[in-house]
Amino acid sequence: MKRSKFIDNLFSRATLRGITAIVIFVLIWEFGARSEELTGWRMPFLGLVPAPSAVAASWAGLLGDPSYWQSWYMSFLRVFGGFTAAMLLGIPLGLFMAINKTFHGLYFPTFEIMRPIPPLAWVPASIIFWPTQELSIAFVTFLGAFYTIVLNVLGGAKSINKQYLQAAQSMGASQWDIFRRIVLPATLPSIVVGSAVGMGITWEVVVAAEMISGGGASGGAGGGLGFFIWSSYVGGSYEQIVVGMISIGIAGYFSSELLRQLGGFFTPWLKTR
Amino acid sequence: MNTSTQDNFTANTGARVQEASEIVVSNVSKTYGSGPFSKTVIKDCSFTIESNKLTVMIGPSGCGKSTLIQLIAGFETPDTGTITMNGAPITGPGKDRLVLFQESALFPWMTTYDNIMYGPRARGEGLKEAAKQADFLLAKVGLEAFRDKYPTQLSGGMQRRAELARAMINKPEVMILDEPFRGLDNMSKELMWEYYASLYEEDRNTNFFVTTDIDEAIFLADRLLIMSNLPTSTRSVIEIDIPRPRKIDTLADNQRSNEIKKEVMTLLHEEAMKSFSGGSKAAADFLDAYSKRAE
Repeated sequence: MKRSKFIDNLFSRATLRGITAIVIFVLIWEFGARSEELTGWRMPFLGLVPAPSAVAASWAGLLGDPSYWQSWYMSFLRVFGGFTAAMLLGIPLGLFMAINKTFHGLYFPTFEIMRPIPPLAWVPASIIFWPTQELSIAFVTFLGAFYTIVLNVLGGAKSINKQYLQAAQSMGASQWDIFRRIVLPATLPSIVVGSAVGMGITWEVVVAAEMISGGGASGGAGGGLGFFIWSSYVGGSYEQIVVGMISIGIAGYFSSELLRQLGGFFTPWLKTR
Repeated sequence: MNTSTQDNFTANTGARVQEASEIVVSNVSKTYGSGPFSKTVIKDCSFTIESNKLTVMIGPSGCGKSTLIQLIAGFETPDTGTITMNGAPITGPGKDRLVLFQESALFPWMTTYDNIMYGPRARGEGLKEAAKQADFLLAKVGLEAFRDKYPTQLSGGMQRRAELARAMINKPEVMILDEPFRGLDNMSKELMWEYYASLYEEDRNTNFFVTTDIDEAIFLADRLLIMSNLPTSTRSVIEIDIPRPRKIDTLADNQRSNEIKKEVMTLLHEEAMKSFSGGSKAAADFLDAYSKRAE
């Protein structure tokens, strides 16, 4: 039953459309990249980009290279480290601001002044005040997700239908029970949305931070995918730049998918809508 | 709060021993805002929700009916006047006065069963007994098959029945219902009237039911409170002496029912006209013509 559903999905129209789109995209790209050698006329933009076949060949060579996978590993580590810290700090902070007016009044103005500072503007400062380069990259990554998560949690917890709270009160629920069984689940969908957006920003930030901070101690392999792209550019290997870019696309997709699955697991009632 | 919480629920029938529980609202006023932006919603309002009767409150929409519910439920406090239950002033929300809200307030993240069990679990009392009672109530409201479904998977009528069950498991002394069947289609609405009336007739607890629907009011009420327009006060009280159980189709031919309906309509039209026209000549003319047509 489950298997046939999976196969149905595999051959569904949506999947076919997706595959068709990717094939057409690659074909146009291949033609554009080879336009000068094929027709003598160089297609603008695409004419300067390495062809997908060349990128694939370069990628195939990298698949056996441990330092390429080390880059994946380092970027994932930083993204999930920063992201997890942002969740652990951001969710309680957002909830606490939503339920405690005094704390909201004390903390929110500072929060709103800090929030518009782009995470990347923190790079020099964080390199100065964190003892290791690793910590400073993780900190910048953390900032990328933190503000979005806090704002979403705060907004979600504040917009709870008042009738849920009153219904619970009128059934004799304690403040703690209302928090645990009403406020928290009612905020969960916002937490999931905030995390998904935060995760996206985290990948943007980590790549930029890695480009700025360089290869690190282990001779370049510790630099992550951002540094992988940068060093490919410096070394003049344009195929590898594209490999790095596509790698980040794939990494970002899997991170988001993981969050979607987790989010669906924690909010089963939303699937019924 | 919770002045009398002794367990007077008989486990297997769901019927309750009758007990006096009367709410008296006297000279209550409530104003929102201050200065030039203030709005007096309730002014010098007095009435009694009599024990073991179904009191229905009807009034033009936009009058302070929902505010009165907030006050009686204890979510807000009146500016002046007093509200007492069995002689003791109401100081806050409590499970002795359970509110069923206008729109469904079932918790979307809980299944029907978990919603019904919310009250007992929140208070952590008699969970074994409550679980039995929840199954009994699920059967009573005809939702056994929907025990593990989420509210969004239920129809409007089922949601209201689930909410009735969620309220009943707490054995409230007084049930307060704020336009609970609003938004249902006419068929489900009439079914809900009959269903709700039969539940009430079983145990005759004190019920306070707020509506804007005249047919609903006359079909359900033992006593009918007719409210004035803003600022709200009690305009008139009618005892509905039509014998129970009532049937919707026979009620339409019932002489007494039609007399009451006419009387209520006249009063409500007067009140509606006050708010609707609001000084506008055109609106006043329209209402004048409308009330003539209704006669």
